[in-house]
Amino acid sequence: MALLDVEGLSVRFQTADGEVRAVNDVSFSLDKGETLAIVGESGSGKSQTAFAMLGLLARNGKATGDVRFEGQHILGLKEAELNRIRANQISMIFQDPMTSLNPYLRVSDQMSEVLMLHKGMGKGEARAEAVRMLDAVRIPDGAARIDMYPHEFSGGMRQRIMIAMSLLCRPKLLIADEPTTALDVTVQAQIMALLSDIQTEFGTAIILITHDLGIVAGACERTLVLYGGRVMEQGETEAIFEAPRHPYTLGLMQAVPRIDVDDEALATIPGEPPDMMNAPPGCPFEPRCALAVENCRDVMPVLEGGAHLRACHRAVEDVR
Amino acid sequence: MSETILDVNDLSVTFDVMPSGAWPWTKPLKLHAVTDVSFALKAGETLGIVGESGSGKSTLARALIRMVPASGKVVWLGQDLLVLPKEAMRDQRREVQMVFQDPLASLNPRMTVGEIIAEPLKTHFPETPKAEVRERVQEMMTKVGLLPNLLNRYPHEFSGGQCQRIGIARALVLRPKLIICDEPVSALDVSIQAQVVNLLRDLQKELGLSLIFIAHDLSVVKHISTRILVMYLGNLMEIAPAKALIEHPRHPYTQALISAVPIPDPKVAKAQRPIGVEGDLPSPINPPSGCVFRTRCPKAQQVCADAKPLLEEPAEGHFVACPFHE
Repeated sequence: MALLDVEGLSVRFQTADGEVRAVNDVSFSLDKGETLAIVGESGSGKSQTAFAMLGLLARNGKATGDVRFEGQHILGLKEAELNRIRANQISMIFQDPMTSLNPYLRVSDQMSEVLMLHKGMGKGEARAEAVRMLDAVRIPDGAARIDMYPHEFSGGMRQRIMIAMSLLCRPKLLIADEPTTALDVTVQAQIMALLSDIQTEFGTAIILITHDLGIVAGACERTLVLYGGRVMEQGETEAIFEAPRHPYTLGLMQAVPRIDVDDEALATIPGEPPDMMNAPPGCPFEPRCALAVENCRDVMPVLEGGAHLRACHRAVEDVR
Repeated sequence: MSETILDVNDLSVTFDVMPSGAWPWTKPLKLHAVTDVSFALKAGETLGIVGESGSGKSTLARALIRMVPASGKVVWLGQDLLVLPKEAMRDQRREVQMVFQDPLASLNPRMTVGEIIAEPLKTHFPETPKAEVRERVQEMMTKVGLLPNLLNRYPHEFSGGQCQRIGIARALVLRPKLIICDEPVSALDVSIQAQVVNLLRDLQKELGLSLIFIAHDLSVVKHISTRILVMYLGNLMEIAPAKALIEHPRHPYTQALISAVPIPDPKVAKAQRPIGVEGDLPSPINPPSGCVFRTRCPKAQQVCADAKPLLEEPAEGHFVACPFHE
């Protein structure tokens, strides 16, 4: 049985200007200890997909579909039941570590609170465990620094604290939402190496939400490409990078400058990201797609293709 | 070889900061944001400036046009900008324009796009007839790929990429010789980022502009630059032609930086071994003696602590501030 099974997940937001369809019919599954990348640009629905699974949507948002974690349906669970799963089974780290840590509390208090609440540990025991976890994320001299406040740490160290905190209850699944976007490249390399070590050590499955194709290539076994709230392509990372089968994925890869390749002009994707308020009935990428044909505008293509899924009306051979 | 238009000599910027909890009469501490940076820029060239956060790259750019007080020399077309009287400086600002990182925040939300692009023109040439201003604005909008009939719209009606185009049009309207771009594409999505980078490249070729392109993303900088300058903690570490710097980095810091850039290709990425840079950036209030990178450098020796390394030129046009360069 897969660790996580998401089927037909959709997220809608009711706003004063109308309904925003942030996520449409997203399905994927994740095995124990596996790493899945959810790639997309801003507004593609990648973060909302994760928020919906954990019941973290804004108040005007509604998620439909089915999310099973170890066989249990977790979409629409009551807050108290969700709290048992969150942190204990699934935990999440966010982009900006400073805004996710409480600036008024010492790191020790924030970390032991998690253990006291979820594991019923005593104060001393929780603190000892928190120190152990700081060592695990390679914060030097954790025992002394645990009593510092978040602002006394650098950005990379704060992200390590977030990772340590999210691992305290030994979750089976860690959702990392742009964990290195706010960090410098050398620090990013450290954090990505850390996540990979932790995965081997604790056997945690990871969903990595990012816009950076470089990170995906280095860290993830499988990749899901989102655009306009819909899955464009999904499959083994190597297969997707080797031969993208969707015009959007192809365009995205050609638009990224590479440090190891000499290229003259960058390929661009013309136009602007879609307006989610008035999403067209067909493929969201149609207005910007060089390969669009007549029915792309009106009919959303079906996601198909076995191990390497794609949602496109054009034949695989046409995409290059 | 084309002429040098900008010659920067020993540029330094220090800020006064009060230690937390200090009395108002306490002497402020000196924060060394930029220390003794020298470089030259030729006409029609793109100089990329890279460095991680806190390396002083933005401060360096701001110091060039006196947005922050600096010491040293900034010789622009034969004149030292740092000692120029205010009025004369204003005239020089026409020639040097700036594009900022956050496209929406750098545009006045209460001005229409037409007013925003026309503002530099109205400030520097107030006597320009209205019709001509309008014509110039529309010309610029076309040039940066905006529809000229969107003249009366407000910035919030545009997407991030389009706002950056407006910022570029505003910088271009005075026909400057140099544009300083401070992280112009960092806030944009990949597909939009490529559009803006290509636009800057095309404009440069067409108008013969010089560009100073500041960014933390080495892949983008490599793509657009003729030469690249690497900064760390306010100091120049290495400056070289783009290809030479990326393919044969000589400074240990540049080597670490380049090895950490993720490559979007699973086969290459899995084999990638970033050179670790241990520890944190030292405080610019109390920077290490000698070479500022020595506290994290794998090659550091005693001499590194004793004296600041001199800029050496191991290959033509390739300067590196490290005695142990490869």
